[in-house]
Amino acid sequence: MENRIHDSRTRVTLLEHGLENVNSTDFPGAYNGYDDTWNQRKFEKNFRVDVVKMGDDELEFDMIGIDAAIANAFRRILLSEVPTMAIEKVYIYNNTSIIQDEVLSHRLGLIPIKADPRLFEYRSDGDTEGTAEDTIEFQLKVKCTKNSHAKDTTDPDELYKDHKVTTKHFKWIPVGKQSEIFKEGDIRPVNDDILIAKLRPGQELDLKLRCVKGLGKDHAKFSPVATASYRLLPEITLLQPVVNHLAEKLKNCFSPGVIEIKKVNGQNTADVKSARHDTCSREVFRHDDLKDLVRLSRVRDHFIFSVESTGVLPPDILVTEAVRVLMGKCRTFLTELSEASGAT
Amino acid sequence: MEKKRLLEVIETDNEDETCRTFVLHGEDHTLGNSLRYIIMKNPEVQFCGYSIPHPSENKINFRIQTNGAIATDVLKKGLTDLYHACDHVLKTFEVGINNYKKQGFPSDVEMASVDT
Repeated sequence: MENRIHDSRTRVTLLEHGLENVNSTDFPGAYNGYDDTWNQRKFEKNFRVDVVKMGDDELEFDMIGIDAAIANAFRRILLSEVPTMAIEKVYIYNNTSIIQDEVLSHRLGLIPIKADPRLFEYRSDGDTEGTAEDTIEFQLKVKCTKNSHAKDTTDPDELYKDHKVTTKHFKWIPVGKQSEIFKEGDIRPVNDDILIAKLRPGQELDLKLRCVKGLGKDHAKFSPVATASYRLLPEITLLQPVVNHLAEKLKNCFSPGVIEIKKVNGQNTADVKSARHDTCSREVFRHDDLKDLVRLSRVRDHFIFSVESTGVLPPDILVTEAVRVLMGKCRTFLTELSEASGAT
Repeated sequence: MEKKRLLEVIETDNEDETCRTFVLHGEDHTLGNSLRYIIMKNPEVQFCGYSIPHPSENKINFRIQTNGAIATDVLKKGLTDLYHACDHVLKTFEVGINNYKKQGFPSDVEMASVDT
């Protein structure tokens, strides 16, 4: 009984058809003999973060001992509430390419801009001009010409000069005193090989690009992540020893590396090697001879986060920024509350 | 000119301070659900829930009913608890990242997946 309660509190169970114990139920009054009151000390004792893998643009880490409500808030903030800089206005002085102005502008908007958003302010309402504190400016001026040295070829790379407009052609124009604060290379597109348009001799682009600070909930171009997601840690329990041909069959029901076969007392016995790598496909429940031998579940408070940055900021900085955004929300409403009570 | 309030309290006829509906402007499930979780962890609370009255209005209605505590205080405690929880998450995360950077390999992940 004790075990069953503990199980329903801490595990999400995967059944043949559907799931069990999906929602968190650890609230005061729900269970006899459990103290579910929020306790910062207890939380600090159980909470853990383990970094699994970190690269320049991607991060995988485990966040253990927190509820889905809060973990999900971090994920949602990563997607839509961590600010970045992106092109918002495109001033078109000349566009004789076959790409229409509005399509071109849209393409430009989606280009990730490497500039630390923490060093910039949001542009205030109604301000169309912008200042050095809230605006980044680029110039994109490209004209395609014939290559007079090319002969006997149909390759456009040799026939024409500058026929592919890429982010490499961006030229940063410092606004105000920006050139004193930032070095050349501090502010640039993240990638310099993004194709924007293709030109033919005589066609040209002459554009001024203005970037502002914004949030992903306003437009996806401001989102700092390619993806940010989490999954719960899978758990596989073998309810009784699985041997010989059944062991082999069981192994094949899971992703490679999840089940291993060991020799125990001269018998080939199945053993769970790494439940973490399982996809939770539930294939095992399709076999009548196996389905009563295993229990599949997921650990309710063990989140395997995966964050992939667009390159604007390193992924670990994005996560810390996301946590700070949630703290900022709390603080905003705390001040609102104290102002409201002060007024009455 | 007064700046727009982010927090509103829905007016009620009765003087009962244990029940309140707050309107949090500019918020959604992100703050709504995490705050609801923390507030429901408070044993004084009888009911806590939120709704998004209309998907195109950027606000949530946040309801608190208690067994006697003042609803506004419960909200304040919830926000403070959530703030401190986040603060600890932030510190722990930074320690975890620093350890990883120092060692260049994961700390104890293999162990972590076994002892849960």
